[in-house]
Amino acid sequence: MATLAARLRSFTAGDLFYSFRRSRTTVLATTVLALMMLGALLAPLVAPHDPFDIASLSLLDSELPPAWMEGSNPAYWLGTDTQARDVFSSILYGLRISLFVGAASVLLAAVLGVFLGLVGGYFGGLLDAVIMRVADVLLSFPAILVALLINGVLRGILPAGQQESAALIVLVLSIGLTNWVQYARTVRGSTLVERQREYVQAARTIGVGSLRIMRAHILPNVLGPVLVIATINLGMAVLTEATLSFLGVGMPATMPSLGTLIRVGNEYLFSGIWWVVIFPSATLAILVLAVNLLGDWLRDALNPKLR
Amino acid sequence: MALLEVDRLRVEFPTRNGTLTAVDDVSFTVEEGEVLGLVGESGAGKSMTGAAIIGLIEPPGHIAGGEIRLDGGRIDALRGEALRKVRGKQIGAIFQDPLTSLNPLFTVGDQLVETIRTHLPLSVAEARRRAVDWLAEVGIPAPDKRIDQYPHQFSGGMRQRVVIALALCAEPRLIIADEPTTALDVSVQAQIIALLKKLCRERNAAVILVTHDMGVIAETADRVAVMYAGRLAEIGPVKQVLEKPNHPYTAGLMGSIPRIGPRPERLIQIAGSMPRLSDIPAGCAFNPRCTRVFADCHVHRPRLAASGDGAVACLHYEGARP
Amino acid sequence: MTRTMSLAARRPAGTAPLLEVSDLRKHFALPRPFLNRVLQAEQHQLVRAVDGIDFTIERGKTLSLVGESGCGKSTVAKLVMGLIGTTSGRIVFDGVDLSHAPAGAPAKLRRRMQMIFQDPYASLNPRWRVRDIIAEPLQTYRLCASRAEETREVDRLLEFVGLNAKDGDKFPHEFSGGQRQRISIARAISTKPDFLVCDEPTSALDVSVQAQILNLMREMQRELGLTYLFISHDLAVVNFMADWIGVMYLGRLVELAPAETVFASPQHPYTRLLLDTIPDLTMARRGREPVAGEVPNPIDPPPGCHFHPRCPFAESRCRSEPPQLRETVLGASTACHAVEEGRLPPAVASGFAGGAIPTDGAHLLGKIAPPDQQLVG
Repeated sequence: MATLAARLRSFTAGDLFYSFRRSRTTVLATTVLALMMLGALLAPLVAPHDPFDIASLSLLDSELPPAWMEGSNPAYWLGTDTQARDVFSSILYGLRISLFVGAASVLLAAVLGVFLGLVGGYFGGLLDAVIMRVADVLLSFPAILVALLINGVLRGILPAGQQESAALIVLVLSIGLTNWVQYARTVRGSTLVERQREYVQAARTIGVGSLRIMRAHILPNVLGPVLVIATINLGMAVLTEATLSFLGVGMPATMPSLGTLIRVGNEYLFSGIWWVVIFPSATLAILVLAVNLLGDWLRDALNPKLR
Repeated sequence: MALLEVDRLRVEFPTRNGTLTAVDDVSFTVEEGEVLGLVGESGAGKSMTGAAIIGLIEPPGHIAGGEIRLDGGRIDALRGEALRKVRGKQIGAIFQDPLTSLNPLFTVGDQLVETIRTHLPLSVAEARRRAVDWLAEVGIPAPDKRIDQYPHQFSGGMRQRVVIALALCAEPRLIIADEPTTALDVSVQAQIIALLKKLCRERNAAVILVTHDMGVIAETADRVAVMYAGRLAEIGPVKQVLEKPNHPYTAGLMGSIPRIGPRPERLIQIAGSMPRLSDIPAGCAFNPRCTRVFADCHVHRPRLAASGDGAVACLHYEGARP
Repeated sequence: MTRTMSLAARRPAGTAPLLEVSDLRKHFALPRPFLNRVLQAEQHQLVRAVDGIDFTIERGKTLSLVGESGCGKSTVAKLVMGLIGTTSGRIVFDGVDLSHAPAGAPAKLRRRMQMIFQDPYASLNPRWRVRDIIAEPLQTYRLCASRAEETREVDRLLEFVGLNAKDGDKFPHEFSGGQRQRISIARAISTKPDFLVCDEPTSALDVSVQAQILNLMREMQRELGLTYLFISHDLAVVNFMADWIGVMYLGRLVELAPAETVFASPQHPYTRLLLDTIPDLTMARRGREPVAGEVPNPIDPPPGCHFHPRCPFAESRCRSEPPQLRETVLGASTACHAVEEGRLPPAVASGFAGGAIPTDGAHLLGKIAPPDQQLVG
């Protein structure tokens, strides 16, 4: 505990925290992001209604406008949809799924990319060439196309009955397997630089094994940019998820993510119940904006040239 | 009147842990046509002093006190166009790495012609003729062909020759050369130093030679200013400072340089290392490493006092009790 | 290989040199992109970074390799440590051929050879505590039985190199350049090696700190009986450290001789040039004309003797035929046709045999030697 407290102290005294505190935009973005994450994480506790409890839904409450408009019900703050589900609660549950898919696919992409980049950069040769050519091929297609392709293949493999229940995993895989390239290229580049640095050569002359050199010496020194990419990528992954769900190949309507909510709501946009689509869309936009602002700040703060 | 007068110059860097003083109360003069060596170890403030003179201190650093006068006119507070007129036309600069001083996207001819025309009223054709003359002057073979080549087509030594031509072609009266030979091979260093010295002598241009290398100073400078922890430790004619140094730091520095000749059992060494700017000791900044330290050194900061043909900042020479 | 044999003949029985390097070569291929090779028939270019060099280092002695950038001296250091593979030739350490052994293997021998690097800011992992940095070799070779013993050993090493035991808990960035180089030295000697490769260990340091590190290295040599391969471009530093000096130029040894001989009676014109470039702190030779020319691009070195375009004594033979290292004077070997043919005015570098650098303005090229030091070979 003492070391944890000491670490926290040294962090709050450090340059990174100082630069964080000085940037108001970043503080605001982080606060918004933290609130959204908290709301998503605690959705079952904080949501006023359970939109998936069919028994509690009453069609009499369907298509209610937001609370400040005429004919509304104050119990449904952001109104209800055609099935009488509370929009605010749906958004909280949708955020939960969107953020989970985003975070899990970023984690998958980062772990895969860092590993492949490290191995390719350190050993070089044929292994490196193969990894990087695969990366090039992936990069030469639009990311959404690759994600759609992987998505289609995975769905093709799965038996028909399990498609809905496995949708979450399919999404994580198809987004994660599309996005590792950026990590791999960055880490490979840094690894090529670091392995020529004298501290790595010193470790080699001492007789330290390759795996340990990669893990204990190189990895900690190439993780800085990875953190930046991961943050910016979280916004991208959430958007990709939303796009896939919007296109109908993501989360099913029974377990909606933000993208699903937008797709479903989109059908009613011109029938006057705009709140069903506008609020999920605004949430998505604010989420991605907050993540990107945080990522931009992190990139600048970790870049010694801009400090 | 001296060509350049630096008077109680103070350069500060505000940080969130307090203000660092990179140059602290430094005064010296440079006469017309003179080579002044500004010598010190890393962190001594020598480069910062040079940067202050040409107005190239990176913010948030700034000149916090003192004056810099060129021909009697203050140049330390110039901004914008007025600063550009002094920099380049009156004061030329040569930096350590010739690659950073040359734009890789333009031929050396383009860069020379542009510099010449910025400062002198010449047509393009005249400026180009002059650029060829300059390349010949700095010892570049076949200058009429080389003028249309890019910096990467030159070797390290040849690039530094081009940089010298660039610094001198506007006919400045003062050159600030910051470690001009540090990035070069030893056999090329001597050539560049000799060239710089010859060209400046011919044009009566003064040089402030910023370096860590006492050998370069010994070969080139007329006078030397030794800096330590942002302060001036000693200044005087090169022969006096190198052969009969007054300040204990200069003496230690000279003793610690390995020399050709019978091999000693040990080199003279100065204990410890230069303090960081954030914790410079009270009194004389050199006191923790000094072999002649006494009680007053921890309390009183020595002032620059005349000694021989120069001046030294050490309590032993201030009439204080040694 | 006359030199190697003559050295061997002079060697007393039972004291084989610690390191023997013979005909060592390292060629780097500069790869051309695949399409350029196919469409434009471009060949891989070959840089002969080290092009057939021989030397030996006696136990407890220091051999210094000197030369300017691109001469291959640092490549030799890496080859000896196994950081890069040899193209051909032999590296024999204490009787065992290591020419194809990678860094760290075989552990039994590599433990006895360690390296000190040039840049103390790059040679310590910035994210590790000093204690862990110094303990890494101890753990790798399992030299300490327990954690407590390891801690004691790291403390002892820190104090040995002039630091404080409690400095072990700090990170490298909290130290000055000189202190970092001490940490580097502590790491290198933690395995109790016999042999240290030092690649420009003080060229990144300030002079007052350089003196501390050089003194420490000499003390270590005396106390621990270390053998050094000391790479440097600074002849004044080499004069303080070396017993033998090898002068390299574009991948080849041009002169190999006892240190006193190099300074007292330099043979090869390039050695003389290097000696002539040493700045004179007594200011006696101010205003002398510096020797012209630069080191050519190592990708495309001049044929014959690589030095011939800069050499005032070059003849047609120098332009076509690479000279071999041959014994010349006082146990020294030189690779120079002019020296071999006796058409080089012998030089005496002043200063070493007692006395200051001459003040008559004459420099080393072409200075006449006293008769007792005339060429023998």
